[in-house]
Formats: sequence, C-alpha cells, structure tokens
Amino acid sequence: MKTNQTSSPHSDSTTNRENTSLQPQASSLARAAWAVFRKDLRAELRTRYALNAVALFAVTTVVALSLGLGPLTKSGDLPLIHAALLWVAILFAAFTGLARAFVQEEETRTAAALRLSAPPIAVYLGKLLFNLTLLLFLDLLTTVLFVVLLRVEIGNLGLFAALLLAGSLGLVAATTLIAAIIARASVKGALFAVLSFPLLAPLLIVAIKGSALALEGAGWGQGRAPLQVLLAYTVALFVASLFLFGSVWEA
Amino acid sequence: MCPCAFLRYNTRMQPTDDLLLELHEVSAGYGARHVLADLNLALRRGETLVVAGSNGSGKSTLLRLLCGLQRPTAGDIIYHIGRRRLSPAEARDIVGWVAPDLQLYRELTALENLQFFAEVRGLRRSPAELEALLEQVGLGGRGADLLAAYSSGMGQRLRYAYALLHQPPVLLLDEPTVTLDERGAGVVERIVHAQRERGILVIATNDPRELRFGDYILRLETRG
Repeated sequence: MKTNQTSSPHSDSTTNRENTSLQPQASSLARAAWAVFRKDLRAELRTRYALNAVALFAVTTVVALSLGLGPLTKSGDLPLIHAALLWVAILFAAFTGLARAFVQEEETRTAAALRLSAPPIAVYLGKLLFNLTLLLFLDLLTTVLFVVLLRVEIGNLGLFAALLLAGSLGLVAATTLIAAIIARASVKGALFAVLSFPLLAPLLIVAIKGSALALEGAGWGQGRAPLQVLLAYTVALFVASLFLFGSVWEA
Repeated sequence: MCPCAFLRYNTRMQPTDDLLLELHEVSAGYGARHVLADLNLALRRGETLVVAGSNGSGKSTLLRLLCGLQRPTAGDIIYHIGRRRLSPAEARDIVGWVAPDLQLYRELTALENLQFFAEVRGLRRSPAELEALLEQVGLGGRGADLLAAYSSGMGQRLRYAYALLHQPPVLLLDEPTVTLDERGAGVVERIVHAQRERGILVIATNDPRELRFGDYILRLETRG
C-alpha cells in the first residue's frame, strides 16, 4: 500500500473507455429495463400506492364533473369541451401518480442500490414503461367514466384511441425525466407540476384539439396532423431524455 | 493535508497484482464543509484497509466515493484492472458495497430482490444459486419472506448477499457488523477472510474489534 504520495504514476485522470466488456450491450440493456419494469409493477401491485392515487383522482374528478355539469346539451363546442375536460382530468390524475416511480426510490432509499447495479438507460426505460402502463390504465378508466357519466359520444373510436395513446406517450416521455429531476427535492409535488406544465402545454393543446376532432367523428385524414405532432413531440422528448437521464440520475 | 494517520503497516502485497485502487489528492465535502482533504492511497489485490474515526470524520463518505455514489470535490479515484483504468462510476461491476444507507425493496421477497439485482447487472443466477447465497449469509429458508417482515439484522445479512451477488473483487463495508448478532458477526468474518484472498477490502468502522481485519488502518479525524 502506498500512501500520501506527492506524485502518482497514474495521475492522469483519463480512464480507458475502450473496454467494451464493461459497456452494457443492447440486449442486456433491454433485459435490465424489463427487469426494472417488472420490479416496479410487482411492487405497485402489492402496495397500490400509485394505482389507488390515480384511480381515486380520476373517479372523483369525473364524478364531480358529472354532478356539477350533468349531460351537456349538444352544441358546436361540445366535443372541444369534452376533450378539454378529459385531458385535464388525465393530466392532473397523472401528476399524482407518475412521479411515484422515482420518488419512491429516493424516499425508501433504494435508489443507491439501483444506481450501483443498473445502467441508467435501463432505469429510465423501465420507469418509462411502468409510467406508460399506469397512464394507459388511467386513460381507460377516465374514458369509460366520461362515456358513462358524462354521456360522451365518440365519433371515431380508432382515431380517438390513437390520439389518446400518442398523447399519453408524449406525457410519459416528458414527465418521467421530470420525475427523476424532482425526486430528491423537498417540495416534490409542487415542483413536478411547475416543471411539467410548461413542457406539457403544447402537447395538451394539440391533444385536446385532436381528441375533439375524433369525438366529432372526423376522419383519419383530419386527425393525421395532430397525431404527427404528438408523435414528433414524443420522439423529441424521448431522445432528449435518453441523453439527459444519465446526468440527472447520477447527479 | 489529510487529517489522518496510518497506525499500522503490514503489507501482504503480491508481486503479480493486476488490481489496484488508487486515490490521488482526493477531497470531498458537503457544501462549505470539507470532510476529506488531499487523501492519497493505493491498495492492491489482497490488501485490506480499515478506516476508523469518530462520527462525521468522513468514513462513510470515503466509501461512497469509492463506489461512485458521490464524486470527489477534487482529485482522482482510479481502479486499475490490468491495463484498464476505470473511474468509480465505471467500475461498479467490480465493486460491492454494504452500508446502513443501503436499502433494498421491502415490497419484494429476499429472492425477488436478489433476482432483480442479478438481472439488472446482466447476470444469470438460478434460484438454487440465489438460495445458496442466502444460505451463505445465514438466511437459508427465508428467501420467500418479504423484506418488510425482516428484522434489522436479517436486513443487514441480505445486504451482504446483495453485495456478493456479482462476486466483486473490491468490497466496501461500512459498519459491517452493525445490528448483527454473534452468528451474523461470524458470517461477516468469513466473508472478510474470503475477500482478503480474492481482492481489495475496505472497512469503515467505529468498533475497535474490527481493526484486526486491516492490513492498514487509516484513522480519520473530524474537521472543525
């Protein structure tokens, strides 16, 4: 053992990055991401923290809307009003649950074990997949409640489902990274909403207008533009998150 | 200068070492408070360092630096493996860490925890291999229990199973026998002896009985 040397034969901090055996391969990354997803899903099904939170929020919001508004009379703006109410309900219910995946890791202090064991990209992809599953469950629940309690009629179900899926992908791509950023902050809930809203505003506007078209019964031709915008938004946020997540996770 | 002193020097260096952990002018702290300053040391395969010192002297911080959970404010930490040179963040596949800070998933069973960490590390471990690992740390037959039902001592044993899952050549133990009973301490002693043969071992402790594990003792002093 050498101690307190004034010079070192290896004082250059540059490390050898050529070793491919220590770099995670795509297949092992996919397996690790799948393992993170399955772990989160298993833990969630046992505790039901996030599931209960989003389900309760969705149900109370739609029931409150139903009691307050009742079935709305038909007018030209009705599809837009329904679409706006639907996406606002989904957005705020998502705020209550989507940050959970990272916040729980920090609060229960399991993040250190995960950081030491899993490649950052695998953690991001696994959490993204878990959040998407949670959001799709929320989409389904909220939409069914809207149809049953507010008597919303969906003119083009296929387009509506595609827009809901594309909007959810964008929502998850944006909020998963933000959830990782705020997980170690002291005022997580407020910070999550504050950071997410400016990023989600463009997505929300396009998703509402697109969904209104689908509710009206517009064809796929009219729905193509909002779908393309939502998918482009998702790809941009997803790629940016892949680049940024390592720095956020290791900070 | 580093507020530390080496009390014993008893090298068991091997001439064919291919593993070297080197710290060069390493400093660390939290905000304005400096915990470690200008620390230099080098450890080779087969060597054990015990880090002693009062609370707040930087023992746990040093171990967190070595496993890459924290970055030094100055200086370099390099793992030399043959001709390769890796930073702590790049060397996580060769480092195992046991510490009171380390928490595993309470919603999962012990076996599910180990299976999960094996999978994210890209390791293939059969249930029998994981059972054998649990047996090694004294948790044989308790693999199907949720961690939420574990005592603190059982949780500490499981931390050893987690740290040994990938058979790391570098093992970092922070307060290694905390919450363990006599049999648990025996398990730790066996792990320490096995690791001394296999690689590098760094132990941070306040327990005077654990100083005997070290080839070297680094005593850190609390900085005002």
